[in-house]
Amino acid sequence: MIYLWAFLIGGAICVVGQVLMDIVKLTPAHTMSTLVVAGAIADAFGIYDPLVKFAGAGASVPITSFGYSLVHGALTELERDGWIGVVTGIFDITSAGISSAIVFSFLAALLVRPKG
Amino acid sequence: MPAKSNQSGINKRLDDMTSEEYKKLSKPYVPGRPVFKNCIRAFLIGGLICVIGQGIQSGFMSVFGMNSKEAASPTVALLILISVILTSLGVYDKIAQWAGAGSAVPVTGFANSMCSAALEHRSEGLVLGVGGNMFKLAGSVIVFGTVAAFLVGIVYALLGLGGSH
Amino acid sequence: MKKLGSQTWQFTTRPVILGSSAVVGPEEGEGPLASDFDFIFDSLEMGEKTWEKAERALFMKASVMALENAGLDEEKLEYFVGGDLMNQIISSSFAARKLGVPYLGVFGACSTSMESLAIAAMIVDSGGGKYALAGTASHNCTVEKQFRYPTEYGSQKPPTSQYTVTGSGCAVVGQNDGTAKGPYIVFATLGKIMDLGLKDPLNMGAAMAPAAADTILSHFRDTGLSPGHYDLIVTGDLATVGLPIAKKLLADEGIPMEETTFNDCGLLIYDLDKQKYTIAGGSGCGCSAVVTYGHILKRMKKGELKRVLIVATGALLSPLSYQQGESIPCVAHAIALESGGEGA
Repeated sequence: MIYLWAFLIGGAICVVGQVLMDIVKLTPAHTMSTLVVAGAIADAFGIYDPLVKFAGAGASVPITSFGYSLVHGALTELERDGWIGVVTGIFDITSAGISSAIVFSFLAALLVRPKG
Repeated sequence: MPAKSNQSGINKRLDDMTSEEYKKLSKPYVPGRPVFKNCIRAFLIGGLICVIGQGIQSGFMSVFGMNSKEAASPTVALLILISVILTSLGVYDKIAQWAGAGSAVPVTGFANSMCSAALEHRSEGLVLGVGGNMFKLAGSVIVFGTVAAFLVGIVYALLGLGGSH
Repeated sequence: MKKLGSQTWQFTTRPVILGSSAVVGPEEGEGPLASDFDFIFDSLEMGEKTWEKAERALFMKASVMALENAGLDEEKLEYFVGGDLMNQIISSSFAARKLGVPYLGVFGACSTSMESLAIAAMIVDSGGGKYALAGTASHNCTVEKQFRYPTEYGSQKPPTSQYTVTGSGCAVVGQNDGTAKGPYIVFATLGKIMDLGLKDPLNMGAAMAPAAADTILSHFRDTGLSPGHYDLIVTGDLATVGLPIAKKLLADEGIPMEETTFNDCGLLIYDLDKQKYTIAGGSGCGCSAVVTYGHILKRMKKGELKRVLIVATGALLSPLSYQQGESIPCVAHAIALESGGEGA
């Protein structure tokens, strides 16, 4: 069942992105930034956590989950360490994503040329 | 020479035409984006990428005995690796022309934006080229996400919510 | 040299295009005009390490071939008028470095082909020199990298986007001493900026159409000619969106464009059905250059065309101007060519 919900929810979030690009005429960068902030706000209201439990990768793979992870990290550290946790915790959960993107992209640039 | 009238109702000489009048005149000639078709394609590919992600996550959970929280990070890392490989093979942009947001919105699109920038700017060297340009497209996502998370954190702290929600 | 009206030069000595070249990349080599090009590179890299070096190699090859086709020794060349789409027109400057002659770098975006030809003709017609080379080049990957996104980035292009031609076209302009068989450069109508407020850099055809219409209008007004005087009038890169708009603008002004064949280089260079990645059609400095110096001049030599008006169109935006919310100023420069020999 979770596979079905992953497909449906993941697809739906992408459709939101497509609408932002085609109808609101945002650029890809503007669209992704909007979705990230949307994910952050969703977690602020506590609705992204249940979405992840219910739709699995359908909620954790789209870029919205990046905003969710950033907020989650901040709030977890806030609870543990107080005010300073807001800045020390932001990249806790997203570290894997950002680090791997940087490292793999760097390696790719060493090995491969763009094909056009 | 008298100007002829036309279907958009604009009847002005080119010398006198205003920007609004020209936008109205040219509109019928500009093909619109096939929004419905694009949305269907985005839904299918986006959903498919998430299903693949789910499969990878389940794989990590069963093979390495992780729970879903622990499996999330390696899943994202593997999806990013796949995206970097497809970008390096020159295939990701071809998929994207068909899939639109379906390939841009998942984390694979984020990786593609970083990898494509890194590949392209290799010609300017590793430090200024690759290092200085890698976040050209992905930078705004990270900046806005971080600022939003910071503001949420501050609001939570001010309201004394303490982080539990 | 005479000035006609407000925007047109008449070249009274009728300078000659002694030789020209059209050098393209592999995708243009798969298009309908492939047999008219002088050289087709088999890869976008052209054996170079970067896209920018490839664009330079393209431009150098075209300039060398143009001199060969004109039968002119490099030492006899006196001027080089060139431009391209790169920041600081770096590709032209490197081509000029090799040629070693006085260099006039020009920026007209995709109108550079006719802008450079007009200046070269003016130099020769006014007695400033005997031989001048005019040329331009564009490369799909350098333009994508500079103006839009990295070439491997997955952004979905809308139906209005055009495909930058990988190509370079050069022409050697010489004095008309009675022996050369043409084609002759007869008029140049220099365009003024037309900016009707369009902002979308992925819809350049619609932004440039008013500039093309304005230059064509000025040409007929200044010379007193009518469309029927020409066998063919082509715009540079209005493509599927811009050409019908230009037709409408001219019809509204009462210009009988139906007296002639009115087409566009961006539509001629690719097979839009087979080469779907070109979406709305070709664009770029190289578009009007290779179609003119490759295809159109060959048709003139064969006697199929006697008098042609080439209206190269350019969108003069910068990557920053768009990000700062500015609209796109456009320009179009026109050159009238007449074939020599029995046709004149």
